[in-house]
Amino acid sequence: MQVNNSTGSKDVFRPKIVAFCCNWCSYAGADLAGTNRLNYPADVKIIRVPCSCRVNPLFVLQAFQRGADGVIICGCHPGDCHYTSGNYYARRRMTLLFSMLDFMGIEKGRTRVEWVSAAEGAKFADTMNDFVSTVTALGENRRLEDLRCRK
Amino acid sequence: MHRIGVFVCHCGTNIASTVDVKAVAEAAAKEPGVVFSADYQYMCSEAGQNLIKDTIKEKNLTGVVVCSCSPRMHENTFRKAVSAAGLNPYLLEVANIREQCSWIHKDIKDGTEKAIVLTRAAIAKVVLNAPLVAGTSPVTKRALVIGGGIAGIQTALDIADAGFEVDIVEKRPTIGGKMAQLDKTFPTLDCAACILTPKMVEAAQHEKIRILSYSEVCGVKGFVGSFKVKIKRKARFVKEDVCTGCGLCTEKCPMKRVPNEFNLGMDERRAIYIPFAQAVPKVAVIDPDHCNMLKNGKCGVCAKVCSVGAIDYKAQDSFVEEDYGAIVVATGFEPINIDAYDEFAYSQSKDVVTSLEYERLMNAAGPTGGKLLRPSDGKHPHTIVFVQCVGSRESDGSPKCGKSYCSKICCMYTAKHAMLTREKYPDTEVYVFYIDVRTPGKGFDEFYRRAAEQYGVHYVKGMVGKVVPENGVLKVRAFDLIAGEQLQINADMVVLATAIEPDKTARPLATLLTASMDTNDFFTEAHPKLRPVESPTAGIFLSGACQGPKDIPETVAQAGAAAAKVVGLLAKDSIVCNPCVAHSDEKLCNGCSRCERVCPYGAITYVDKEFKMPDRSIKIRRVSQVNEAVCQGCGACTVVCPSGAMDLKGFSTEQLRAEVDAICK
Repeated sequence: MQVNNSTGSKDVFRPKIVAFCCNWCSYAGADLAGTNRLNYPADVKIIRVPCSCRVNPLFVLQAFQRGADGVIICGCHPGDCHYTSGNYYARRRMTLLFSMLDFMGIEKGRTRVEWVSAAEGAKFADTMNDFVSTVTALGENRRLEDLRCRK
Repeated sequence: MHRIGVFVCHCGTNIASTVDVKAVAEAAAKEPGVVFSADYQYMCSEAGQNLIKDTIKEKNLTGVVVCSCSPRMHENTFRKAVSAAGLNPYLLEVANIREQCSWIHKDIKDGTEKAIVLTRAAIAKVVLNAPLVAGTSPVTKRALVIGGGIAGIQTALDIADAGFEVDIVEKRPTIGGKMAQLDKTFPTLDCAACILTPKMVEAAQHEKIRILSYSEVCGVKGFVGSFKVKIKRKARFVKEDVCTGCGLCTEKCPMKRVPNEFNLGMDERRAIYIPFAQAVPKVAVIDPDHCNMLKNGKCGVCAKVCSVGAIDYKAQDSFVEEDYGAIVVATGFEPINIDAYDEFAYSQSKDVVTSLEYERLMNAAGPTGGKLLRPSDGKHPHTIVFVQCVGSRESDGSPKCGKSYCSKICCMYTAKHAMLTREKYPDTEVYVFYIDVRTPGKGFDEFYRRAAEQYGVHYVKGMVGKVVPENGVLKVRAFDLIAGEQLQINADMVVLATAIEPDKTARPLATLLTASMDTNDFFTEAHPKLRPVESPTAGIFLSGACQGPKDIPETVAQAGAAAAKVVGLLAKDSIVCNPCVAHSDEKLCNGCSRCERVCPYGAITYVDKEFKMPDRSIKIRRVSQVNEAVCQGCGACTVVCPSGAMDLKGFSTEQLRAEVDAICK
């Protein structure tokens, strides 16, 4: 599935998506998607973190506060964490955080944790395509946005 | 005041074709703190690096952003350049505008916009970068090789010859691996045992090599330079240092009907056995599943006949813990289970065999003494059909759990089998059914053509659809794609070239080593082209078929390469650590111990420290301290810290928040 966002006209909603990718698996998977020229929308911007467990729930909240429409966290598959157990911490933390966010009105479709290994370039691209189309369907996120941050 | 320089790379047209690099440089110049911004064809070239160095000096830069390929590619290159210009190498950030931007977006407007955002995020981060100094940690000058096949043996020999101690851990009672089971090797047709067994003996006699056979790695702690590995030494019930390998016990043992795994179950061994005549170490082992003495306490024949008293029925599994500086994985491969391919009647007829079984049938030390006889009736077969790609090159998601990759060695060993069969038994008709014949390699295509042209092997393009055993004949139904017709061949034997897959122990081992694997459970290399024998996990090296299907020459070449990398590491007295480690702000730490509990490395300890209070009194507080040599920089502790005392250098909370801000702007 591919979202066609290349028109760039003003009436087309382009979501802002922050992707946290762990250095060892998912960031490398994202690189592989690039090396294999697998397309996904430019709305996804990747932040490199050493491990998915480095992602503080604060960063996710801050992203929504600053106007992000979706946040995705990608790490190594369970059992494959470079630091043995980091992705388990990430999974638990984010499960709690996402259910709280859902309660606050940030739909579950806007948040996601996904496991992408360094060899899964195709999975990375598929995941991003799918996530962007889900978030696009949900539309703009205004629930947590701090309007003072808008310029 | 910050003075940031931004350097945007064209990477030829790799970036410049879908990202307007000039626009990126211009947009970067407008960011606060940026005093220099330029684009250049190849930033990683010498001229590009000189541009960075000169600008740092000229403009007195306090931080550098390079917008180029992935930091996994050239971050180190640029760090060195920055460092050469006198700036701390960690005052550099790389914006990944190639792999994660130009290569995935076709629209130049999209690409440029995204590149600008990524550059802005990198600038926001670099402003907060602190100069970091890497510490050092000592290197234990010993290596561990996991797996004692040709890959492991060669790696161990090469490391040992360079003067370092090596331990080989092998799960089976003997080293030798798959190559010990082979008859001849392509394309030279020299005998596998004749070239392997001298190496096995050399490894056993080498003063720097210790072989831990019948052992498994069951725990790995530590990091590059100082691994602590727990090894389980399985009970063999025979004292290894006492047994002389005379073999008398293996002749007298009354339990005769144990399938012999070395001959793939095609003949039998005793409950006490030596795997094969050239086994190293040549020491007997008791199979506890079949030994009467161990099962019921009745027998004891082997203990009675052993003249040196090597039998020990009370032996238990033992564990040893050893220190190593580097670990080489050489766990190899195994043929896949072909139960799902019953159209070839493997389970219905003994005369349908796998290629490895055929190898044993041809081998002079095999179950038939080297005579090619049908397993069902012991008669000489006159028509043999070889089926290629059984389980290899299947489409993804095939219901039979076949492999999508090419197993690489099958075309060549089948040509070898066909040729040897025709040479020894010219009255035998040999058919090979193939999808493609793949023979890239020195002397390989010549070898295949010899089989087809000089030895008269019938190569048929097409797959076998069904094999039906009927009255001692195997009716092979196939389709000849070139002639476009259905074929039926009455064969005496069918040989299946089964796909190969990584050894079953590889996956749990990868978890212990925190080394990454691909979807087929082959170990991934740090870089597919430039670092093919290193795992992305520092200090873990790859040798042989655990990294991908490989023939013997390639395995030996890779083994040597892995050994060279290990020697390069062990030759150092100390290695530079990753400076991006956690650190705790003692003033903020409330001593709750949460960070200590989540740390996977035990890098955090608590100490009592004196603090001067505002009223000049002294208070002793319990605060956390990070051992920088042990910390690997995952950042788990930073998130659990309730007081915000714990932070990660290089990926600080402030830096990541600045990136989030820059992206969402």
